[in-house]
Amino acid sequence: MSDLFRVDGLTKSFGGLAVSRAISLAMAPGERLALIGPNGAGKTTFVNLVTGQLRPNAGRVVLNGEDVTSLGAVRRVRKGLVRTFQVTRLFAEMTPREHVTLTVLQREGKATGIIGRFLGNHTVAEEVDDLLDVLGLVEKADRPVGEIAYGQQRLLEIAIALALKPQVLLLDEPAAGVPSSETPRIEQALARLPASLAVMMIEHDMDLVFRFARRVVVLAAGAIIFQGPPAEVAADARVREAYLGNYANARRVA
Amino acid sequence: MTQPAMDVSAGAPTRSYPLYLRDIAGVAAILVAGAAGYWLFPDNLALLTRIIAVALLVLSLDLITGYCGVASLGQATLFGAGAYAVGFACVHGGVTEPLTLMLIGAVAGATAGLAMGAIMLRAHGLAQLVLSIAIVQLGHEAANKFTGYTGGSDGLAGLSVNPLFGVFEFDLWGRTAYLFGLALLVVVFALLRVVVSSPFGVLCRGVRQDPVRVKAMGAFVFPVILKMFVISGAVAGLGGALAAISTQVVGLDSISFELSANALVMLVLGGLGTLYGALVGTVIFMAFEHVVSAINPFHWLTMVGALLVAVVLVAPGGLVNLAGKVGGIGRSKGSKP
Ligand SMILES: Nc1ncnc2c1ncn2[C@@H]1O[C@H](COP(=O)(O)OP(=O)(O)OP(=O)(O)O)[C@@H](O)[C@H]1O
Ligand SMILES: [Mg+2]
Repeated sequence: MSDLFRVDGLTKSFGGLAVSRAISLAMAPGERLALIGPNGAGKTTFVNLVTGQLRPNAGRVVLNGEDVTSLGAVRRVRKGLVRTFQVTRLFAEMTPREHVTLTVLQREGKATGIIGRFLGNHTVAEEVDDLLDVLGLVEKADRPVGEIAYGQQRLLEIAIALALKPQVLLLDEPAAGVPSSETPRIEQALARLPASLAVMMIEHDMDLVFRFARRVVVLAAGAIIFQGPPAEVAADARVREAYLGNYANARRVA
Repeated sequence: MTQPAMDVSAGAPTRSYPLYLRDIAGVAAILVAGAAGYWLFPDNLALLTRIIAVALLVLSLDLITGYCGVASLGQATLFGAGAYAVGFACVHGGVTEPLTLMLIGAVAGATAGLAMGAIMLRAHGLAQLVLSIAIVQLGHEAANKFTGYTGGSDGLAGLSVNPLFGVFEFDLWGRTAYLFGLALLVVVFALLRVVVSSPFGVLCRGVRQDPVRVKAMGAFVFPVILKMFVISGAVAGLGGALAAISTQVVGLDSISFELSANALVMLVLGGLGTLYGALVGTVIFMAFEHVVSAINPFHWLTMVGALLVAVVLVAPGGLVNLAGKVGGIGRSKGSKP
């Protein structure tokens, strides 16, 4: 019962297509886990099920011993189950500072006040500055997001997630679209997170996976086909089979 | 480590400072334009008061459409709720104190806004728009049907209102009504600038752009929009109340699809999501209507249509955005080609 987070038999199909097949997985506090798998394996769907954007056909999501399966996305975020999006979802007209400020205000329960200036709170402003600094967004802090580079938008996704002070953080391909010169930013930001937090990273960049993860889970066609230390994943016959051509590419990167 | 943080905290106030200045300038501009109207068109104060009442309606529409992304073709429901509530209170209830009547209008509008929001937010997109039309049509039919209370198509006449503050009578030339309306507009506008610049206002802008993102930030979407509907209802209700008090009659046109549609046209004309656009759009549309319909009573709508097409093609962000770009004072938001 020392799990911080656990899913039991999570199942989802779209029409006749089974995208999640009885996925069971547990994460302990402090866990750093990589979820990998070929395109279309159902990784993003898994994140959607866990964070409440989608309802499973069967199975449970348990956080801190509490069954949160019936809760909506908002309540799960408030309980500390936080995700980033594989394809950036940001407000094109707002600046990075506004995004992060809004998130911090929301976390503090102050985002719905109709009096008081948006940028007026000093403690909030300091926290926002700090987060923007960690992700290297200070220079672009006051530019509308629509005008900044996609790689920086990806970093802002992470800044928003961190601003929510999650207990379980699910990162859906955080480095996709980030220039390789900037990926250390992501690692630095993750390194600063409290040790108690559990992080699951979906990632195709095997370099990053090997540096980040203590444990790798491989998903193929909606089912978990491998769980184990990063060093063993490449040798596993089923994993090789699942990836076929895809995996050869991934290997070359690593 | 401290270096960038210092740069940033120095940057934050400089960014919000011009906004604050801009709002003072905006309020001053309303006052100047209002005073100019008073001196230049002393014989048209009734029309100018009508423009103010409609401006409140268009402002209220901007709150839900421009800030929350909920389009409505039934916004006059909330205007009509305010107008009829004032009419009932005055004619049937014997309430004659003008500020009390304004309060009644605001509360009635806010209540109607709560109900309308709760209904409209059950649907999305086109269905939502159709729902808004259905609601205003129902309101219109109800007002038409209960002749005993509303006067039906003859309108609810005979509002007699006490002097403002017990001193200023609502005179035949409409001076008191106009100046009162102008003061009301300035106060409402200033309060709304506070609302839209608040955390709540920014959250609403987020809801308009991507509700899924807002939820992933841990904020509920429905109550936020509903709250804006209530504020919007209060503002529209004040507009209806002003119209009722200044004309001393409440007609079926105050709760009509036509007024609702015109309000949306005025908003698009001026530009969404700035509050300034709502005012500019209203003044230009109504002035245009007044002038062109005097010249050619049959084709003025054609002219308005042509004007709208021109604006949408040349300045998709509305006239305010165009002026901002030309004068270089606009926000960088509309910088896409
Ligand atoms: N809302 C949906 N409706 C129908 N099918 C869907 C839906 N969402 C995902 N799918 C399908 O489910 C499968 C898994 O998709 P998912 O996005 O979870 O894969 P993924 O592992 O994240 O892939 P990638 O590595 O490309 O991001 C795909 O075949 C996809 O087409
Ligand atoms: Mg995916």
